[in-house]
Amino acid sequence: MSTETYGAAFAVRWMDGVAAAVEREAGRLTDLDAAIGDADHGANLKRGFAAVAEALAKEPPATPGAVLVTAGGLLIATVGGASGPLYGTLLRRAGKALGEAGEVSRAELADALAAGVAAVGRLGGAVPGDKTMLDALTPAVEALRESFAAARSAAEAGALATVPLRARKGRASYLGERSVGHRDPGATSSVLLFAALEEAAAG
Amino acid sequence: MLINVPESVVADGLRGLAAAHPELTVDVEQRVVVRRDAPVAGKVALVSGGGSGHEPLHAGFVGPGMLDGACPGEVFTSPVPTQMVRAAAAVDSGAGVLFVVKNYTGDVLNFEMAAELAEDEGIQVAKVLVDDDVAVTDSLYTAGRRGTGATLFVEKIAGAAAEEGAPLERVEALARRVVTRSRSFGVALSACSTPAKGGPTFDLPPGELELGVGIHGEPGRERRGMMTAGEIAEVAVDAVLDDLRPSDPVLLLVNGMGGTPLLELYGFNAEVRRVLDARRVPVARTLVGNYVTSLDMAGCSVTVCAADEELLRLWDAPVATPALRWGR
Repeated sequence: MSTETYGAAFAVRWMDGVAAAVEREAGRLTDLDAAIGDADHGANLKRGFAAVAEALAKEPPATPGAVLVTAGGLLIATVGGASGPLYGTLLRRAGKALGEAGEVSRAELADALAAGVAAVGRLGGAVPGDKTMLDALTPAVEALRESFAAARSAAEAGALATVPLRARKGRASYLGERSVGHRDPGATSSVLLFAALEEAAAG
Repeated sequence: MLINVPESVVADGLRGLAAAHPELTVDVEQRVVVRRDAPVAGKVALVSGGGSGHEPLHAGFVGPGMLDGACPGEVFTSPVPTQMVRAAAAVDSGAGVLFVVKNYTGDVLNFEMAAELAEDEGIQVAKVLVDDDVAVTDSLYTAGRRGTGATLFVEKIAGAAAEEGAPLERVEALARRVVTRSRSFGVALSACSTPAKGGPTFDLPPGELELGVGIHGEPGRERRGMMTAGEIAEVAVDAVLDDLRPSDPVLLLVNGMGGTPLLELYGFNAEVRRVLDARRVPVARTLVGNYVTSLDMAGCSVTVCAADEELLRLWDAPVATPALRWGR
């Protein structure tokens, strides 16, 4: 069992990593969104996480909790659409759950993110299986209790498992059966979150 | 595309709106448009907003008799809560603010957050959700019906009531009544191209059309080979009437999606009227034009609202906005 702890610098590294990944993958996210949504997921997240990275570089908060609260607030203020409030709530709620601790363990991070994911479920009214970001987030936070690598794999498996699902929430749900056979863009961007988390934890 | 760079499309459009309409106050930086005389003493204020790309909705409907404020988001992306709160604060006279929200997950979430923030600032807020699109089955298995053409009816009629001095509960109730009595159905003859993507958001070959599309370039429920305007009118009108059998004469909006010429829209209106006549649905008023658009999409939508005498009177009341103007 690892007893390593993670501080504010780690959290900033994580958010920077997400910003870089979103920048890199924006075109792919937008293409996935074009198939069953409205072709803006990549551009929206890119704008939001670029604002997060810029703000964190200018004035890095002192605790990992504060980093996530700041990042979440900025996503809500800059992204719009559904993904802004949803990702913003995920990070804000997780950050608040971490409290004022200067260093946190992986288990504490998993608890905090689980609280964040629960808040996302309440806000959006979705449950796993609805073909949304929750299909990647829910197994990922569960697996985070095991390891960072397991969280990433679980997110990837969850996102892949959205392909045969019929969407029941969000814009893809308008398509009914025609949403089957496409990978959910929100679940796909959630994978980037956990891939960046694993990289940030590796240092 | 007639743009500078994709990133500045919304801001450029707002600068142009400001240049053309000195009767509006346009904050290009914060993306808030309000009527210049806001807040109007004692009057309930209406604020709407949504993704850009649907012009003239919503900013083109700001002015006496309709909206007090509008917040445009990025193209096809809901605006953010801070915009809505800023707009609410700018137009609230103390009589309260009605948020007119189209039923899309993003719009709903952001307006919900905005309503909480505005109430924290002491602004009384009511919300009305517009969900008129019959192409989406309203069930646990979807995000619910989309808000489309009926938004114009809601903003006009509730706006007229507010202008007459009706209190917030009354304006809200009228807005809900319009929603309850309105239904829409849309058809795409081509996909639309977002500035960010630089090309069509879905693949719709010439010679085919999509029935039951929304206003965001999202594909519809069903694809068919090309049909005549008369055949399309039958499908659209029957889809609407299957869901709402009006007991009153209707307000009719024959709406263009942005890429269909007015000549074709008027021809389509003739077919829509033919079908409504055949179904014995009397038409009280008709509006034909590009009002709730989807960028450059070719296609149209049909919206009807069963209008009782009061709704009809409020529809006829004076309005003075960039896109809708009569009776003064």
